[in-house]
Amino acid sequence: MSETAQQSPHHIDVKEFHPRAQAAIHNPKIRQNFRKAMDGLMTKRKSAFEGWDLETLRDLGANIRLRALANLPDLLEQLEQKLTENGIKVHWAVDSDDACQIVRDICVARDAKSVIKGKSMVSEEMELNHYLEEQGITALESDLGEYIVQLAGETPSHIIMPAIHKNTGEISELMHEKTGTDLSHDVEYLTTAARLQLREKFMNADVGVSGVNFAVAETGTLCLVENEGNGRMTTTVPPCHIAVTGIEKVVPNLEDVTALMALLTRSATGQHITTYFNMISGPRKPDEMDGPEEVHLVLVDNGRSSIYQDNELLDTLRCIRCGACMNHCPVYTRVGGHTYGTTYPGPIGKILMPHLIGLDEGRHLPTASSLCGACGEVCPVKIPIPDLLVRLRQESVDGDKLHPAKVNGHGAKRGAMEAMVWKGWSWMHARPGAYRFGTNMAARFRKLQPGKIGGWTQFRTAPKLASKTLHERMKERGQ
Amino acid sequence: MVDSIKVYPAKPSKVYFYGTCLVDMFYPDAGMAGIQLLEREGIEVIFPQNQTCCGQPAYTSGYHDEARAVAKAQLGLFPEDWPIVVPSGSCGGMMRKHYPALFKDTSDEMKAAEIAGRVWELTDFLLHVCHIKLDDLGEPTTVAMHTSCSARREMGVAEVGPKLLGQLKNVNLVEQVRAEECCGFGGTFAIRHPEISGAMVSEKVDAIVDTGAKDFVTTDCGCLMNIDGYAEKNRKSLSGQHILSFLWERTNGTKGEPS
Repeated sequence: MSETAQQSPHHIDVKEFHPRAQAAIHNPKIRQNFRKAMDGLMTKRKSAFEGWDLETLRDLGANIRLRALANLPDLLEQLEQKLTENGIKVHWAVDSDDACQIVRDICVARDAKSVIKGKSMVSEEMELNHYLEEQGITALESDLGEYIVQLAGETPSHIIMPAIHKNTGEISELMHEKTGTDLSHDVEYLTTAARLQLREKFMNADVGVSGVNFAVAETGTLCLVENEGNGRMTTTVPPCHIAVTGIEKVVPNLEDVTALMALLTRSATGQHITTYFNMISGPRKPDEMDGPEEVHLVLVDNGRSSIYQDNELLDTLRCIRCGACMNHCPVYTRVGGHTYGTTYPGPIGKILMPHLIGLDEGRHLPTASSLCGACGEVCPVKIPIPDLLVRLRQESVDGDKLHPAKVNGHGAKRGAMEAMVWKGWSWMHARPGAYRFGTNMAARFRKLQPGKIGGWTQFRTAPKLASKTLHERMKERGQ
Repeated sequence: MVDSIKVYPAKPSKVYFYGTCLVDMFYPDAGMAGIQLLEREGIEVIFPQNQTCCGQPAYTSGYHDEARAVAKAQLGLFPEDWPIVVPSGSCGGMMRKHYPALFKDTSDEMKAAEIAGRVWELTDFLLHVCHIKLDDLGEPTTVAMHTSCSARREMGVAEVGPKLLGQLKNVNLVEQVRAEECCGFGGTFAIRHPEISGAMVSEKVDAIVDTGAKDFVTTDCGCLMNIDGYAEKNRKSLSGQHILSFLWERTNGTKGEPS
């Protein structure tokens, strides 16, 4: 249950958010690692956008994503057609299990025993490594952060920087223990050691699996953003490349990618541009020197098409997975990514995961926010995350008559006691006479006010009622 | 989120004052200070006695039927087309930004939208509509400021407080690190997730104390209650005030209860 859990996400109980949060809050190492990392990322993002008209660029990004989503079914058909023309085989997966089986079937058909993986959050969502291992196929992560997390037997704690919860010392110890490298705080040495370990695996892998940042419908191009070159190796060295992506990642044209790229890299890591930008348009042609013999794309739904049915929730699908909302979230900074117990942590996780796992499981997620709005403020494609959190809170207690409930498990968080308290609160505040009587009495008998108020007075003194309400003061003045 | 373009009205002769339930019960001085600042600007202040709460606590907790019942009781309080001023970015944000959504597809939709368009956060109104000029009568002092998240991000008034305080010649305004970060109040969040909220407010208090300021001001009573309550419980030498109380005291030359 802690950040050092040696468990597959299969065994993490999402509902246990509270105890995990408490443990993280009391873990100075976790607090320090996240605070330092997030402070750095916030500063870098800010300076990366200096000199840009950020609001205009965000509007552009939001519009590109909205336009793509408005035409999603047509774009997906166009994408499939273009990819097929380019020689890429397209597969459709309804859910994670389906997607895993498609990957397995491709591996089995090639008699593949080893898979090398580039970074892909959808594959985390599918728990692909776990699945392949059960099928006797080894899957090795080649992104440095993912590699570290895999060595530790953990899941990523951030969608862009999977091992951000560990500092150099912890990584050094882990690599020493698992791979026999020397204990060292020299980042260069550790990186080179990991690179050498991975290089050999690349040469011998039967299949490369990667994610997709943008799938361009017009040209049938799969775009992959990365810094380490491992994505490029994964997609070119093994004889077979399987890309996996959520169905929402499609954009109409290549021009759309330029604006989204400018927003993605700056929002994520504060980089103006990444070291590598791969554009994959098909398998190796007869006259080409390198590249895989076959390329597949697995389009994963896994609950996305049900979000697509709702005009508000649809906005969740705009996400370009930059992680800026996590970097700026005061809650994420305090508790770290593993506390959430979900594939996607932080603000985007709180609005995306309830769709993937239902509100029975994820009912605590939307409440774990002070609604400060920092996530919505930095989102490069202007997803109204705070509004969606409120919408999901509503679904989790009500499934309001005005909005037919759309999320599985709606009403899971409604408790009889809590509902009654709100009913009573509503009754009194909807009746001015009752309200004035109640508040006047509270002021009159303020000495009887309880000194302890649940979680509030655990950290603070109780608020002090004034001797006269503003209503009374104004009444005395003749109003 | 924040309006990209804000169109301020001309300075009116009358305004409606929406006090908020926290001001009403816990910080009526802040309400009186706001009212007297407006009156000093030559504006007549109308305080509808039937006002209660904007409905936000139930709204953000997901109980929208309950929130709507309370909000509906406020819709009839402002019959004339005068601006509605609110001494809170949070309640102001609820009325301006969320009423239209709350009443969408109901018979009150138009009414809610009309009222939303007249709601102003009070410091923003004083600066940009009243063009208030503040004459500092107080002793030299150092203060820090905490702008609530809703004032900052929903109402777009992050710059307003510092500008108003900047007019006070004897006030040295200092900025804490991570000034834009949430203090951890978040309404029911502070009670649902006490540990996380506690961690947030403790770091906020440390950041303010580190500036050397012994006093801080804020735009919202929720944040005030949170930061002040933590400082008091943990015996930090820090105490807070609503920015309106502070402005009134500095410019009226009196401390304590406004009349």
